[in-house]
Amino acid sequence: MMGNAIEAQGLTIRRGRNTVIDGLDLTLPRGAIIGLLGPSGSGKTTLMRAIVGVQIVSGGTISVLGEPAGSALLRHRVGYMTQLPSIYDDLSVRANLRYFARVQGVPKSDVDRVIERTGLTGQADQLARTLSGGQANRVSLAAAMLGSPELLVLDEPTVGLDPVLRSDLWGIFRRIADEGATLLVSSHVMDEATRCDRLLLMREGAVIADTTPRELLESTRAASAEEAFLRIIEAETDTRDSTTRAAKSTNSASTNSASTRLLATRPLATSPPLRSPPLRSPRRSKRAKR
Amino acid sequence: MTPSRTLATAGRVLLQIRNDPRTIGLLLVVPSLLIGLVAWIFDETTVFDTIGPAMLALFPFIVMFLVTSISTLRERRSGTLERLLSMPLGRGDFILGYTLAFGLLAVLQTAIAVGFATVVCGLEIEESIVLLFVVAIADALLGTALGLLASAFARTEFQVVQFMPVLVFPQILLGGIFLPRDQLPNVLEVIGDWLPLSHAIDALTAVSTGGEDAAYIWLRILFIGCWIVCAIIVGSLTLRRRTP
Repeated sequence: MMGNAIEAQGLTIRRGRNTVIDGLDLTLPRGAIIGLLGPSGSGKTTLMRAIVGVQIVSGGTISVLGEPAGSALLRHRVGYMTQLPSIYDDLSVRANLRYFARVQGVPKSDVDRVIERTGLTGQADQLARTLSGGQANRVSLAAAMLGSPELLVLDEPTVGLDPVLRSDLWGIFRRIADEGATLLVSSHVMDEATRCDRLLLMREGAVIADTTPRELLESTRAASAEEAFLRIIEAETDTRDSTTRAAKSTNSASTNSASTRLLATRPLATSPPLRSPPLRSPRRSKRAKR
Repeated sequence: MTPSRTLATAGRVLLQIRNDPRTIGLLLVVPSLLIGLVAWIFDETTVFDTIGPAMLALFPFIVMFLVTSISTLRERRSGTLERLLSMPLGRGDFILGYTLAFGLLAVLQTAIAVGFATVVCGLEIEESIVLLFVVAIADALLGTALGLLASAFARTEFQVVQFMPVLVFPQILLGGIFLPRDQLPNVLEVIGDWLPLSHAIDALTAVSTGGEDAAYIWLRILFIGCWIVCAIIVGSLTLRRRTP
C-alpha cells in the first residue's frame, strides 16, 4: 500500500491570538522531493511541526503515512531536522549520533552509514562545538537520517550556507529520494525550487501554489524561480485588491490585467488547468519574449 | 519508557559532563572548599560540629539544582528536546536518565565532601556512613527534580538562575541552620517543617551526632522521597511533546 505521504484537511493552527494556518487542505503523494517555499513567517515551520506532531493543532486533521500525525508509530518512520542544528555541542559527532541511534532503536552500524553519507567521516570524533555551521547542519541531517525513515522533514536545511555546500546537500537529498523516501524540504531561497520535484508556495499561512518547477516557470513566463514567485505573489495581491474593487464597481478595468488574469483564480492549486484558459492579452506576447 | 533509552540518556549526560573538565572540577572541589571555609571561620568554637552536617546537605542540593535546571533549559532551547520528543523517547526516559546521571555525580561529590569534612575538618560521624550517603543522594535527587521543574518555568538562563533564590534560599533560611526551627515564629516553623531540605538537615545532623535511631533518619529520607516523586511528576507534565 502506497497511500499519501501527507494529508491535511481544514488544518488550523493558532498561536496565541494569531491564526498562523487557517483551514489548510493538502495532499502530498509519496516519493520525491517536495519543496516548501515561502518568505520567513509564512508558516512553513509551523506546518512542518504539525506534520512531525510536536505542534498543538487547533482544528482539522492531518495524517502522515496513513497515521494521525504525531502518533507513536510514526516516531520510527519520520525523521525531523529542526531549523537550528539540534545537536549536543559538548559531544563529538559520533557520540551525538550514537545517542540518537540508541533512542531511535537502530543498530550502531547505522551511525557509520549516516556519517559516511553526509560526508562527516573526517569530523566524526570532533566535538560538535568546533564544527562549522555547514558541518553542524549535516550532523543534524545525519541524525534525522538514522534508521532510514520513510519521510524526512527538513526545516531550512540549507539556510546560511554557501552555494557549494548547498549544492552538496541537495545532492544528498536527491540520493535519499532515489532510494524511495519522501523529503519535505523548506527554504526561503526561491532558486532552490528548481531542485525539487514538486513545489508548495506558502504565504501568510496558506498554500498559494502547488506545482512543479517546470509548470511554475512556464505558467508565469519567468526566467527564474525567484521571479516566478514574485509574480505569483503580485498576482495574489492584485486578485485580492481587484475582488474588493469589483465589489464596488462591476466595470473593473485593471491595469495589471495580464498577470491578474494569468493567476487570478489560484489555478496553480490544481495542476492541469494551468495552461488554460488561453490568454489573448497583447501584454502576454511581451512577457513571453522576456 | 525502556531501560535502554533511559541508560542511553544517562550515559549521554555523563559523557557531556566528561567533555567539560572545568565543570567536573567545580562540582567535585567547590563543596569541600566551602566546608573547609566554614570550619575555619568557626575554628575556635564548637559551631562547626552543629552546622557541619547541614553543610553536607546543602551542597549536593544546590549544585544539582543548578546543573539540572541549566542543562534541561539548554535542551529546551537548543531544539534537542524537540528532536528527542519527535523520536521514540519516553518522557520518563528523559527524566530518569538525568536523575541517574546526576545521582551518580552526587555520590562522587558527597564522597569527597564527607571525606574532607571528617578527615581534614574533624567532623564526627556517629551513625553509619551508609545512611549519610543515602541522605546526601536523596538530597541531590531533590535538587535534580526541583531543577527540572524550575527549567520549565524559565525562558532564559538568566531566569533559571533567579529561580535559585526563590526555591532554594527559603529552604536554607527555614531549615534550622541559622536558628533551630523550634525557636522560629510559629508560622515559619510550620512552613519549615514541610520543606524537604529541613528534613535533610535533620537527618544529617542525626547521622553525625547519633542522637536518634535509624528509624528517625529513614522517616526523613522517606519524606524527601515523597517530595522528589512529586517534583518529578509535575516536572514530567511540563515536558510536552506538543507545544504551541
